[in-house]
Amino acid sequence: MNALSEVTKQKIRSQFANYPNKQALTLPALHLVQDEQRCVSRAAVAEIAELLELSPAQVQDTLSFYGFFKDEKNPLGNRRIWVCRSLACMLRGGDELLTDVCERLHVAPGETTADGEATIELAECLGACDGAPCILIDDELRLNVTVDEVVAIAENRS
Amino acid sequence: MNETFEPVLLRRVGKPNPQLLSGYIADGGYQGLRKALALEPLKVIETVLNSGLRGRGGAGFNTGAKWMFLPKNVVGPIYLCINGDESEPGTFNNRILIEEDPHQVLEGIVISGFATGSSTAYFYLRYEYGRCYRVLKAAIDEMYDNNLLGKNILGSGYSLDIHLHRGACAYICGEETGLIESLEGKRAWPRIKPPFPAVEGAFKRPTVVNNVETMACVTHILDRGPEWFKTIGVAKNPDDPRDSGSYGPKLYCISGHVNKPGLVELPLGITARELIDKHAGGVWKGRQAKAVVPGGISMGFLSASELDTPLDFAGPGRAGCLGLGTAAVIVIDDQTSMVDVLYNTCRFFAHESCGQCTPCREGTAWSAKILHRIREGRGSLQDLDTLTDISKTMGTMPGTTICGLADGAAWPIKNALAKFRDEFEEYIKSGRRTAVREFAGTH
Repeated sequence: MNALSEVTKQKIRSQFANYPNKQALTLPALHLVQDEQRCVSRAAVAEIAELLELSPAQVQDTLSFYGFFKDEKNPLGNRRIWVCRSLACMLRGGDELLTDVCERLHVAPGETTADGEATIELAECLGACDGAPCILIDDELRLNVTVDEVVAIAENRS
Repeated sequence: MNETFEPVLLRRVGKPNPQLLSGYIADGGYQGLRKALALEPLKVIETVLNSGLRGRGGAGFNTGAKWMFLPKNVVGPIYLCINGDESEPGTFNNRILIEEDPHQVLEGIVISGFATGSSTAYFYLRYEYGRCYRVLKAAIDEMYDNNLLGKNILGSGYSLDIHLHRGACAYICGEETGLIESLEGKRAWPRIKPPFPAVEGAFKRPTVVNNVETMACVTHILDRGPEWFKTIGVAKNPDDPRDSGSYGPKLYCISGHVNKPGLVELPLGITARELIDKHAGGVWKGRQAKAVVPGGISMGFLSASELDTPLDFAGPGRAGCLGLGTAAVIVIDDQTSMVDVLYNTCRFFAHESCGQCTPCREGTAWSAKILHRIREGRGSLQDLDTLTDISKTMGTMPGTTICGLADGAAWPIKNALAKFRDEFEEYIKSGRRTAVREFAGTH
């Protein structure tokens, strides 16, 4: 089994001392793996479970609750772009932004563009209502965006 | 009073490199911590109790009282969890506080850790706040390098570690026991209380969960004293035994249909009207407000005739809203359909219900479906009664759910149908349609 690199495993182990038990490393481990591999495969789930002394079902249970982690059949593109659709953005064009971005890129929310460049997601409130409509690019917020700007980011032109 | 109000929490925003420790100390930072460390922990708790500080995360519970709930003479660890899962629609004050002045928050955490006897703090931060994460990480590193964290802080004998813990995009992790479950590596299903976290929280240990803005307030209360804090805001109403006052400065988030959306710091108690007109440049495009969310969408709606409601802990409740919540004000103009607005809020809660309690899981999902049907021109007047019925039967208040998410989902429905019923009836009778192409609510 080597779904997880030794470096990743070491990064997980290095945090053991921060928590009273290993299960608390579930989310940090899932984040590390997805950042590295753009998904969390079944094999990775099993290896995380082994490392944290859990059943793979426990890790899978937590993983599936959040809707944040992708499996190997549907890995993330090079960039993950979340378009906010909650009220403050909706009042300033968030719904239209999401619809237009998806149409321009020929994807539905949760899907990745054919060239593998970008995954488009719908988001509930991103916490940047002062710059509505807003998006999240991986984990960086971008405020007051237009359709053209989002498409350019998705196509790696900006 | 507002004209002379000097910002407290936002006083350093806009300075060059406000995130650096050197700048923070040059501006008088870490004086509150020094004063706290010279006291007995119980004295620090009493100081916060005497300030009247109420938690800024939404529930408005007295912070000092929350700390007092910890059992006495605990053997073994007590945990402090910082709730940075800010996800209530309309709310972004924690983000700006952290991004602009992280040490102000971190100082409050060390003070609170000392007061509560915690030697480990977990800072639970929503994943979306990547910049906050990096700013905090750098600030925490600087603290370790300067004996403000780690062993024997400033020679006091008190030791504290702060660990950053990132969430994964789930609103329910802002509920304190949902946060604890998530921290423990499980699905974020809120717990039945009691036991309250103070008795049995994270890792089955006594735990305090506090909001980010609350921590920033603690910093200033220790530095400037509880009496100073009480000079700001609205005093306790002696005629209302349930009111414990609304003291201190508050960060108001303003978004939606205003000319100048943004974050404003004012004494608790400013009216919605003054906030919109004086501090947000008024309603955009020369329009009027039709409705205003007073404190995040789970608090419901003020109507245009209720804009003189003071946004303190008691005000929104008097106008039929759930409460002050996060003081996130969202302005909705008179050209906007309340059917669309309510659909948006119901869709949010349907998406964010954790699924544990049936009344919430089904109630939020069906209210969103019914409003979608209305927006497709297929609604009936009976749907409005069904929505009202759902809103009255899900939540901790009717006693059908474990946590308050469903109360927050129900409140916008209750307020919308009580205050804007004519608009809903007219919409249905006219056969109007405003539904746009809809995506499945998964991600």
